[in-house]
Amino acid sequence: MMNVNLDPLFQKPTVVVIGNGMVGYKFCEKLLAKTAAFKLVVFGEEPRPAYDRVHLSEYFNGKTADDLSMASLDWYREKGITLHLGETIQEINRETKTIHSLNGITQSYDYLVLATGSSAFVPDVPGVEKNGVFVYRTIEDLEMIEAYARTARKGAVLGGGLLGLEAAKALIDLGLEETHVVEFATRLMPRQIDSAGSNMLFNKLQALGLKVHLNKNTRTISGEDKIKGLEFTDGSSLDVDMLVISAGIRPRDELAKLAGLETGTRGGVVVNEKMQTSDKSIFAIGECALYNGMIYGLVAPGYEMAEVVATQLCAAGEREFRGYDMSTKLKLIGVDVASFGDPFVSEPDSRAIVFEDSHKGVYKRINISNCGKYLLGGVLIGDANAYNILLQTVNNKIVLPPNPEDLILGARGGEAQAGAGVMSLPDEALICSCESVTKGMICSAVTEDGVTTVDGMKKCCKAGTGCGGCIPLVKDLINETLKANGTYIKNVVCEHFDHSRQELFDLLKINDIHTYDEALDQFGKGDGCELCKPTIASILASLWNDVIVKQQPIQDSNDRFLANIQKGGTYSVVPRIPGGEITPDKLMVIGSVAKKYGLYTKITGGQRIDMFGAHLSDLPAIWEELIAAGFESGHAYGKALRTVKSCVGSTWCRFGLHDSVSFAIEVEERYRGIRAPHKIKGGVSGCIRECAEAQSKDFGIIATEKGWNLYVGGNGGSKPQHAQLLAADIDKETCIKYLDRYLMFYIKTADALTRTATWLNKMEGGMSYLKNVIINDSLGINDELEREMQSLINNYKCEWKEVVDSPELRKRFVHFVNAPQEKDPNAKFEPMREQVKAREW
Amino acid sequence: MLVLEVESSVEWMFVCYTEDVPENGGACVKVGEEQIAIFNFSRRGAWYATQNLCPHKQQMVLARGMIGSTGDTCEPKVACPFHKKTFSLLSGECLSGDEYQIKTYPVKVVEDRVYLGLEKGQ
Ligand code: SRM
Ligand SMILES: Cc1cc2nc3c(=O)[nH]c(=O)nc-3n(C[C@H](O)[C@H](O)[C@H](O)COP(=O)(O)OP(=O)(O)OC[C@H]3O[C@@H](n4cnc5c(N)ncnc54)[C@H](O)[C@@H]3O)c2cc1C
Ligand code: SF4
Ligand code: FES
Repeated sequence: MMNVNLDPLFQKPTVVVIGNGMVGYKFCEKLLAKTAAFKLVVFGEEPRPAYDRVHLSEYFNGKTADDLSMASLDWYREKGITLHLGETIQEINRETKTIHSLNGITQSYDYLVLATGSSAFVPDVPGVEKNGVFVYRTIEDLEMIEAYARTARKGAVLGGGLLGLEAAKALIDLGLEETHVVEFATRLMPRQIDSAGSNMLFNKLQALGLKVHLNKNTRTISGEDKIKGLEFTDGSSLDVDMLVISAGIRPRDELAKLAGLETGTRGGVVVNEKMQTSDKSIFAIGECALYNGMIYGLVAPGYEMAEVVATQLCAAGEREFRGYDMSTKLKLIGVDVASFGDPFVSEPDSRAIVFEDSHKGVYKRINISNCGKYLLGGVLIGDANAYNILLQTVNNKIVLPPNPEDLILGARGGEAQAGAGVMSLPDEALICSCESVTKGMICSAVTEDGVTTVDGMKKCCKAGTGCGGCIPLVKDLINETLKANGTYIKNVVCEHFDHSRQELFDLLKINDIHTYDEALDQFGKGDGCELCKPTIASILASLWNDVIVKQQPIQDSNDRFLANIQKGGTYSVVPRIPGGEITPDKLMVIGSVAKKYGLYTKITGGQRIDMFGAHLSDLPAIWEELIAAGFESGHAYGKALRTVKSCVGSTWCRFGLHDSVSFAIEVEERYRGIRAPHKIKGGVSGCIRECAEAQSKDFGIIATEKGWNLYVGGNGGSKPQHAQLLAADIDKETCIKYLDRYLMFYIKTADALTRTATWLNKMEGGMSYLKNVIINDSLGINDELEREMQSLINNYKCEWKEVVDSPELRKRFVHFVNAPQEKDPNAKFEPMREQVKAREW
Repeated sequence: MLVLEVESSVEWMFVCYTEDVPENGGACVKVGEEQIAIFNFSRRGAWYATQNLCPHKQQMVLARGMIGSTGDTCEPKVACPFHKKTFSLLSGECLSGDEYQIKTYPVKVVEDRVYLGLEKGQ
């Protein structure tokens, strides 16, 4: 038997930690930060050092085991920690104060810390041992799931709680055709959210393609060696190829039990507020510890327990564990879910304000004290933007505003308010609960240590390095503190230019700069990068409207080849079809070109036709044919005008007030090809029924009895927003004049990659300011804006025509420069519904 | 570990003309069955070459990526057009925090001809 007893040279007392998980690791870090008085010996059963289990699922999104690692082996070495990996402790001898490992190591201790965590709870259902049945806890579990999922089509998760839904997301991400969630209770996440919230979540998840089965008690897992399905007690069944069990956790208290320490009837090592077990020299922390009848299955309370033990061991004052807030926020399959404070209190102990929008799948509930002054807790489904600030309001007992409903409905200009709201928190407000960082610490890091970024803050005080949930709040605090200190927060383009996009726009214009290299030489440093090159390319294009291809290598990849790159490296071809109007002859040309070059065709969401799967070297020939038939580039690849959607309008429609198609075509042709900070879309509807969805566009025009209404700043996409009315009942000429000004003002002043909606949201003074500029000429720049727009319009050329006509430029459209006639053999297609699709990557 | 003599094991192969590769941009050449991306970093007066395959999603596109530099040492790099992962043109190391490593090759330009240094036997 090997004996690694007390090192005779170091008479330091020995602290032994069993378990090298998140909390065990954090304990080492915290203890060593306080004192060097102990010798630390750690035993971990897993083959690798502690890693970030909270972000385990990111392993499926390309994070490696190394990325998830909390500290490298070198760290343990440098800190003088003896780390035994792959060593399971099987016995604690409290008499001799020694422990024994499965592989025969004996180690004596002065203090012992149990950080054995928990394991997945596997219910007693016949068949759990079959192939294809997994749990979701360690990297090894994930490796096995990933390997098995390659041959599986249908998967299920047993358990509709927090972890179960996370596992379900992982199965979807792994590409299973069908993912089911089977829950025993009558609703999802019963421990975190109320039943109305559960219902909303249920509907939202179903709509996203997840199949949820509630009220299902699994009787047996069927199949020979391999799982084939689940059979339920109600007689129904479900065919699946694999199953992930996520029915809760079981604290790992087996060692403690064996050693005669007190444990709970439903598992867990009983501890007091000092984290001591029934043996005073043995502590338990993290998910194996049972405090006040409760297992805390989250990482932040575990870290607090680690802090309590570390503080006691080095006798640095009293710190006691007093229970912990179990608020959580998570992003489930595209649905925000959060609960904070006490989500369940209800009348007569409190009053609730509930907001429900079943159309958008948003449910919000806040519980307010009967006196109306304090927030007690709540639930957010579908939109959890307010989570951090609400949690802070609960934790710091901040007195509520007179209209507490604003907290969930969002007062107008809500974003600015949320930002300012953080400054009203008290200094001792806990911002990062994983690392116990307060608002005061963050603000002083900004003021005293000059920290200006979230990354800097992570390095400086570790805020945001745990679960990451506090990062938006940390960001707000940094910015608000900088502002309060009078620092101007500059939105610089990248490391090569110390200017914002707007500043660069002005500089390049005033100094008459026409190339990227001149710009870099005069105003930048280094050799540029993928951030500043396309930004400057776009500015140059907006300033001079020169043909994009002249400066090919600084264009974003899509602008470089004037087409959108797709899976496999082929491109799409989108000719302009102004207003969505097309003649039968032109339709036939698209048909024959697509057929000739083997392209997949689809009607787009922008009322035109996209041809996918073109080889780089075929692009010029394809465009040559299209141009010959009267088409031109649709700029589907550019940060430029995309489409102006139209409805059929007064020419055919019985409700139509004016000719919306003609107006849409006129506007689309006016602004085609113009480069902007982001893409621009428009719409024209013939009446208020709004069939062109104009109010979801960067600009929308709607016919009225007296003329046209002009709306601006709308957006579809990930954060949809309706456009706002800029002017009502105006005639066509005025409408175009306002549009010229509005678009040019946007082009000149917006940050790179900012759509008009975001630009307008950030604009101080918002819509009323914009109205003043555009309509009342409050800045006195309207003549200039109109002139600049007119010159862009005059300079328009179809850039694909330029390429097609220039042998020099055509030469660039090849895959191999030394074998120009050969196509990329790696671009492969698969048949689908009589057409082709790109091969999966 | 066996350390290979680099210089003597390299064979120079003529692959294309300088005008085939756009200034401050890249182009792809075919060498046997292999695809190699060549970059004409004219701003620095330097040429670089790497594998054309982006290791992230196994796409043959690095030659179509944008080049630039990063950090105080102005490490030259290329950004993949798909998800903008960046790779050092010197070491092939992934600079956006992933564990990828791509192959790099020595390049030599004689008059208007571009040569790639390939290991002997390729
Ligand atoms: C083809 C099309 C989907 C379709 O099959 O219908 C499409 C395809 C793409 N969209 Fe889109 N969008 C298409 C209509 C839309 C629409 C609907 C519309 O225009 O009415 C929207 C919402 C409206 C909006 O933009 O406000 C839309 C919102 C987006 C967004 C999110 C923008 C945002 O502000 O959140 C992106 C991402 C981006 O631009 O950064 C995007 C990006 C993309 C990209 C370019 C993604 C990419 O980088 O590869 C896709 C390129 C496909 C290709 O290879 O050609 N696409 N995309 C539609 C082309 C319309 C056209 O004729 O030009
Ligand atoms: C998929 C997933 C997602 C999660 N998401 C969140 C989240 O969003 N937010 C949040 O706060 N929490 C989350 N959690 C919970 C969080 O990961 C745990 O609370 C945390 O890991 C507990 O840390 P611990 O050190 O107590 O236990 P663990 O991390 O489980 O570590 C215990 C370690 O001890 C080892 N061990 C056990 N017995 C022995 C023995 N006898 N000898 C040697 N070694 C032993 C185990 O092998 C293990 O490595 C999530 C958990 C999972 C699985
Ligand atoms: S919605 Fe997403 S997947 Fe669909 S076309 Fe647009 S960007 Fe591509
Ligand atoms: S394929 Fe290159 S970054 Fe994704």
